[in-house]
Amino acid sequence: MKRRDLIVVGAGPAGLCAAIEAAGQGLDVLVFDENAKPGGQLFKQIHKFFGSKEHRARERGFRIGEQLLQEAADLGVEVVLGAPVIGLYQGLTVQVQIDARIERVRANGVILATGASENMIPFPGWTLPGVIGAGAAQTMANLHGIRPGNDLLMVGCGNVGVVVAYQMLQAGCRVRAMIDAGSNIGGYGVHAAKVARTGVPFHLGHTIVRAEGDARVESATIAQVDNRWQPVPGTEKQLDVDTVCLAVGLSPSIQLAAMAGCRMLHLPEMGGRVPIRRDDCSTSVRGLYVVGDAGGIEEASSAMIQGRLAGMACAMEQGFISPVAGENRLRTLRDSLDRLREGPFGERIRGAEHRIQAVLPPRLEETAPCPTH
Amino acid sequence: MNRISEHPVLGTFAKGRTVAFSLDGRTMEGCEGEPIAVALRASGVLVHRQTARRNEPRGVFCAIGRCTDCVMVVDGRPNVRTCVEPLREGMRVQTQFGLGTARHEELGS
Amino acid sequence: MSDPLSKPVLMSQSLSTKGYLLPEDLIQAPGVPSAQRRQQGPVAVFECVQEIPCNPCEQACEEGAVRVGERITTCPELVAEACTGCAKCVAACPGQAVFVVDESRGELAHVTMPYEFLPLPKKGQRVTALDRSGKVLGPAEIVRVRCSKTMDATATVTMAVPRDWAMLARFFRMDRDQQSSPSSSTSESEQ
Repeated sequence: MKRRDLIVVGAGPAGLCAAIEAAGQGLDVLVFDENAKPGGQLFKQIHKFFGSKEHRARERGFRIGEQLLQEAADLGVEVVLGAPVIGLYQGLTVQVQIDARIERVRANGVILATGASENMIPFPGWTLPGVIGAGAAQTMANLHGIRPGNDLLMVGCGNVGVVVAYQMLQAGCRVRAMIDAGSNIGGYGVHAAKVARTGVPFHLGHTIVRAEGDARVESATIAQVDNRWQPVPGTEKQLDVDTVCLAVGLSPSIQLAAMAGCRMLHLPEMGGRVPIRRDDCSTSVRGLYVVGDAGGIEEASSAMIQGRLAGMACAMEQGFISPVAGENRLRTLRDSLDRLREGPFGERIRGAEHRIQAVLPPRLEETAPCPTH
Repeated sequence: MNRISEHPVLGTFAKGRTVAFSLDGRTMEGCEGEPIAVALRASGVLVHRQTARRNEPRGVFCAIGRCTDCVMVVDGRPNVRTCVEPLREGMRVQTQFGLGTARHEELGS
Repeated sequence: MSDPLSKPVLMSQSLSTKGYLLPEDLIQAPGVPSAQRRQQGPVAVFECVQEIPCNPCEQACEEGAVRVGERITTCPELVAEACTGCAKCVAACPGQAVFVVDESRGELAHVTMPYEFLPLPKKGQRVTALDRSGKVLGPAEIVRVRCSKTMDATATVTMAVPRDWAMLARFFRMDRDQQSSPSSSTSESEQ
């Protein structure tokens, strides 16, 4: 197989934007995605996005997904589906499984847009059918048109929790309660407000004690937590629910970056261990970029800009665009990203970026080579 | 019935034709091309397998083919992730027992 | 960590622990018109008090009655005298945090809100008005329902309520016997 200019791993919002930006400069781009359909989580995001016009604010995620796929197709980006990438080796060789075959493809640049996986919390009964990830609820309702249950308990009041709870109401489910062990709702107040005004109660400082039922969830017990996150005896409340949705955070999917030898840093505000990146999303491994949730948990809007940053940086690195024109484009994109990260909700990300800048090697030349496997 | 007939944002869902399949020998219906797990959920089936040691029920957890909690025996093939495996007409779906046997085979042996 | 660029945020204990604003939280909000202005005719009420990165309301307003500015995390400021109450911003707001209130109609006030559920209510339908916490206020009547392609599935519903509820009523419930159309599969969403 011939050597590619760029391989993108993951056809979600970040990966598609990376592919589009690079292909727009003439790079020959190949995208692998393990799923049967491209778009990542965009096709489950049926709410209108925040941001400003340049961030596609006011557009619903699934429509953005449709447009990105069209743009990628128009630019001749090749997207291979059902193709999990299982290895990333020296000299930027990507090992991918297609059907029952294992193939190796070399590239001059690789952009990892592998997304994130959902966190879970164990509790008695958490393996019962009816305990699901919030992402599962979203997938069932918005992709497959089926209600995951009739009466739901949402565990977690971050943006995923409040957004998915609202979507479950739209799907026709009853949301019996929203709980979160923290003392404040982590998601946007406006998202919480549209759930609250339908009559859904929020119980902050509460955890799930157990899910009850023989072969499926028939009820769930919640309780207040003390300052060491332990349930306070006597505060238990039993809720008549058939479904428990867990929206307790996301962790960046960093396996391929780790395999390639990227320098990592543990940043709890980014969701865990993440590759150290420059502001064009390049890592300590030359030619390797990480974009979107794989580099730290944020929103789809910022993932799309990160994808474009990396796509453009790749094009510059390989000489497809002049350094001046490329740098101009990078500056525009960085400004756009900065605008999304302003304000109190962006503080977490700004703090993490600050810590990353502190450990960055000052020049690209100092990057470590990809290790031999 | 848990299917969403009309959604305020998405309208109606484009679904394949109705096809018959079997679950543990019982005839079921679902939409062609949708994940097996979705067809099962539409018929109220949540238990996909029983664990090997404690015989506990398991069902869909992540719905995107990651966690493998929803695996079943499909057309004799064990450990099929039903949340991502498309439904086809005449499929023989069986509750999985332990690491790979269909339940009723286990009971019948 | 404090951000030197960040202006003080209006804190609402209720919003951050219960999910809804209290009427007193809105008194100082830059997007909320005065009682005097509300009595002069329809006007937008921006219940947007957290600095989130968002400005479609500013883009949607053709009258220049909404100011966010270059820094898109700034909370929208209402230029009350320029606002015509056209409600374009209601459907445009991704956070569904904008309402239009009209207290110029004597005993009844009109409250226009975003609505993304099915079935849509019909003009003339009797409903139960709810406050920001979903608590029942009492009976109300739907006087207008708008849903066009540009609104992208966010309908705007106008409800007539007793004037005292103009700044309280923010949602409604259609009980089964109030529904004028056969119940759809998503009818439970309002309960």
